[in-house]
Amino acid sequence: MTTGAGTWALGEGDYQRISQHLAELLREANARCAMLVDRTGQLLASVGESLAFDPTAFASLTAADFSANDQLAKMIGEPEFASLFHQGEKESMYLADVARRVILVVLFDDRTTVGLVRLRVKHAVGDLVQVLEEIFNRGAGDKGRAAGLLEGAEDEIDKLFSD
Amino acid sequence: MSMINYASREINCKLVYYGPGLGGKTTNLEHVYNKVAPDRKGKMVSLATETERTLFFDFLPVDLGTIRGFKTRFHLYTVPGQVYYNASRKLILKGVDGVVFVADSQVERMEANIESMQNLYDNLAEYNYDLTKTPFVVQYNKRDLPNAAPIADLQEQLNPGWEVADPARQKPLPDPSHEGDFLIQQANGLWVERAPYFESVAMTGEGVFETLRHVAKLVLKTLS
Repeated sequence: MTTGAGTWALGEGDYQRISQHLAELLREANARCAMLVDRTGQLLASVGESLAFDPTAFASLTAADFSANDQLAKMIGEPEFASLFHQGEKESMYLADVARRVILVVLFDDRTTVGLVRLRVKHAVGDLVQVLEEIFNRGAGDKGRAAGLLEGAEDEIDKLFSD
Repeated sequence: MSMINYASREINCKLVYYGPGLGGKTTNLEHVYNKVAPDRKGKMVSLATETERTLFFDFLPVDLGTIRGFKTRFHLYTVPGQVYYNASRKLILKGVDGVVFVADSQVERMEANIESMQNLYDNLAEYNYDLTKTPFVVQYNKRDLPNAAPIADLQEQLNPGWEVADPARQKPLPDPSHEGDFLIQQANGLWVERAPYFESVAMTGEGVFETLRHVAKLVLKTLS
């Protein structure tokens, strides 16, 4: 048994590569915004128009949405739903699995079509899988970097969570 | 699964409040939400039924502030306590960094507490997580009620402990929160470790932050 899920780290270089892929996707799909959210509900990267909503809440709901649909897939005998599409009157969103660990979310409006978005997302997922596999294989890497950083955190906890 | 983002200089940790239905998990989160300064918290999301029973989860992000240049944030989640929501309950445990088990102290709820604790072990095991190695605290809630069971009974039923196999750790470890109690002690020739416990009245906020402080520190220790 493991002691819980492994910690992993996203470095500057990783972030830039991910952002480049997301920016390329936005340009080609003519979408508004692309986000990468991990399966536990944490926002990893966001590119495109600035968001008018709380991105943290959005990310946690995205992960829950995807997880719930994963279970629905299993119930009907599918290993997974690799992508989800939510259609709104003006705004729509397309979600796709990346390497079983991360979700790519694309927000778009009537300036593009779901067909184009789907096509471009497929390409982007291929690129992102490569980047992410590298990150996961590396693990949290140099844990010591975080260790020193967390000194003094206990005082902050006492201050913040006080009656 | 904490995620350390060196690009945005953020560390995010996931804490899950687990326990039987109507035990006070959402009330814990609401108290935290009401007391934490506005600039330190995000939007609280509740996926609940019309009767305010948690359907999927409650979610509250809390910023610990910037620690050595890293914005450190705790994501607090509750699970739906009702037995038949197990599928969604299990989803929330994915990637958990720390667990608070909120037990309902009322004598009549002992059975429900035990069932929920067993369910927590089972669900974590399905993810290959080991609760004895995960930051974990038990909160005995509703201590103000006249039908609250004695702490000794609750501890015996819900927090009997697990064997300490590592010889280096086989020595008495006093419980800093309860004088005279031990987190690690020898019983019937076996070294046993128990999860730290706290008493609370979540409705008034008593014990809520004490519990949260403790589990938050345990989580940070695992990162360092």
